[in-house]
Amino acid sequence: MKSWMRSESRLGWLLCAPAILTMAVVTAYPIAYAFWLSLFRYDLRFPRERTFVGLANYASVLTSEVWWRSMVNTLIITIGSVTVELVLGFALALVMHRAVFGRRTVRAAVLVPYGIITVVAALAWKFAFDPTTGFVNALLGLDQAWLTERWSAFLVIIFTEIWKTTPFMALLLLAGLTLVPDDLLRAARVDGASATQRFFKITLPLMKPAILVALLFRTLDAFRIFDTVFVQTRGAQDTETVSVVGYNTLVVRLNLGLGSAVSVLIFVSVVIIAVLFVKAFGTSVDREQGESP
Amino acid sequence: MCASVGCVPREPPAAPTLRWYVFDEPSGAFAEVAQRCAQASGGAYRLEIAPLPTDADQQREQLVRRLAARDRDIDIIGMDVIWTAEFAEAGWVLPWEGAVAEQATEGRISATVQSAVYEGRLWAAPFTTNTQLLWYRTDRVETPPKTWTEMISMAEALGERGMIQAQGERYEGLTVFFTSLLASAGGAVLAPTGGLSLQEAPTREALEIMKRLAASPAAGPALSTAREDQARLGFETGKPSFMINYTFVWPSARKNAPEVAANMGWTRWPAVAEDRPRRVTIGGINLGIGAYTRYPAFAFQAAACVASADSQRLAARRGGLPPTTEALYDDPEVRRTFPFADLLRATLKDAVQRAQTPVYNDISLAISRTLHPMKDIEPGSDVDTLREAVGRALRSEGLL
Repeated sequence: MKSWMRSESRLGWLLCAPAILTMAVVTAYPIAYAFWLSLFRYDLRFPRERTFVGLANYASVLTSEVWWRSMVNTLIITIGSVTVELVLGFALALVMHRAVFGRRTVRAAVLVPYGIITVVAALAWKFAFDPTTGFVNALLGLDQAWLTERWSAFLVIIFTEIWKTTPFMALLLLAGLTLVPDDLLRAARVDGASATQRFFKITLPLMKPAILVALLFRTLDAFRIFDTVFVQTRGAQDTETVSVVGYNTLVVRLNLGLGSAVSVLIFVSVVIIAVLFVKAFGTSVDREQGESP
Repeated sequence: MCASVGCVPREPPAAPTLRWYVFDEPSGAFAEVAQRCAQASGGAYRLEIAPLPTDADQQREQLVRRLAARDRDIDIIGMDVIWTAEFAEAGWVLPWEGAVAEQATEGRISATVQSAVYEGRLWAAPFTTNTQLLWYRTDRVETPPKTWTEMISMAEALGERGMIQAQGERYEGLTVFFTSLLASAGGAVLAPTGGLSLQEAPTREALEIMKRLAASPAAGPALSTAREDQARLGFETGKPSFMINYTFVWPSARKNAPEVAANMGWTRWPAVAEDRPRRVTIGGINLGIGAYTRYPAFAFQAAACVASADSQRLAARRGGLPPTTEALYDDPEVRRTFPFADLLRATLKDAVQRAQTPVYNDISLAISRTLHPMKDIEPGSDVDTLREAVGRALRSEGLL
């Protein structure tokens, strides 16, 4: 190797070093440390009884009914909110894309819920659904104590999530919409394709990468849901999500070993979701691109 | 050295400010106590209150997070009686020894002292206490019931107005309810050695009463979501005839529902069986000294002042918090606040402690999760389920 190339490569590494170092300190180290802690029986209430237990904490979590129930709850919230968000987000994106006048105002207005802090939004909706202080019952003419039953509590949580993050979905999809060339749509129109055909045959396939990114981001986000549940039910009425279980074990019970095991398992679940998404969507995107000349 | 440089004499070091972490007491009684004690010290220290949330779980969460991180800012802690073992075992509070310990326990009802003892040492000064009584409507009930079975039958006979208000939500209050029933049946959650007890016969008896209550029309539909405050609000509507609750319901009823208060009677918590003592769970706030405080000597001095009989009298009068010093129950001012003072003292003398173990929080979760909702309890099989769940919690195994 020529010496200038070596020095060039050294310079490259040197320039990257601060970023790599920062990443190592703020992400790699905590993840590794959490994994290390998860191999111990380590409870802050019994600091003297710290012992190495191998994978026993994982066995304990994975055989626990609490973990699987919270996993089901998390999936209910994730699937429930992300599907509705995708549909609503698409509708909003199309509106924003087609808006003839007041484009900026429409876009800014749509983004307002996303700009509100999750805890504030969760509290606001908690009050709104409250039978004594809220307006929802009056509006719907109901007499329902929403957060005291499982199905209705889920409804409130999922609704809050949808209200808050649909704008995010819409924004990502809007970016995808701008990728669809207008000529292509016009050409299809000339060939006699109906609006529905144009949407499903041209717009949607071309937007696949954008949809993948939007879905992936939102699914990962929704899977880690914590604040909305914590504020609205604190996990009561069997609405505990995996993150709430992690919090209860780690922060409330101070069981660092078991709690770290829960955190690592959440991390693993997130990785699995990401891989599945990229696999399922990624290949179809590749094929799509491969077919096009 | 200073003289040679000719510098001005340094000012005397400012008096340290001690911080007392305690729940946000609404009447301002604690703030007044803190101010009085700081004045009494003659300027040796200042005492400031750091208010915590009213919910006991949230208080604990905040304190524990700080203490686990060795926060030096925590000097005095208003400790719920159920934290003693946990905080002591983890080394988060300093033990009380010698003269201050004597001062802190002198003349106290012994159950209140016991609530601050773990493994033979005193970890906090008893300050205020609390326990449940049976409240009933004197206009509908002539002689108050002595046992649970008697009360449920009486309530059922009263028909629509016979409701019994109790605590059946899935939270620590359900554990309290179970603990009182179990102790009155002659059982205990933990053996004196700290191991699992929950003997078959008394546990089964306690579960049978819970089931009987929840299945009865006298329990009302809201039992499975009722806490202390829902029970109070329910009773204040004037419909129910019985209520199991703490003493705060008395001033509340007098203020919010005078017509209910006019017909409000009190008696001891019902027994499981007439020939066995009624043993009710004790509550209250003890004062612990944070292990990482910068000023341990001042902190002990200030805590002793806060726990003194004078402060207790003030907390009773302004805040409605029952005192731990036995003689105060004869004090006219205290008796005015608590017309049921003798009953309260008698109940406190027989009071029972909740499981005194560092993992009480886990045990409580295990109990309240197993027994909620009460109407689904199967006394036959749930004794084993309960033993299994509490056993796992004791070994700090598994998720809760």
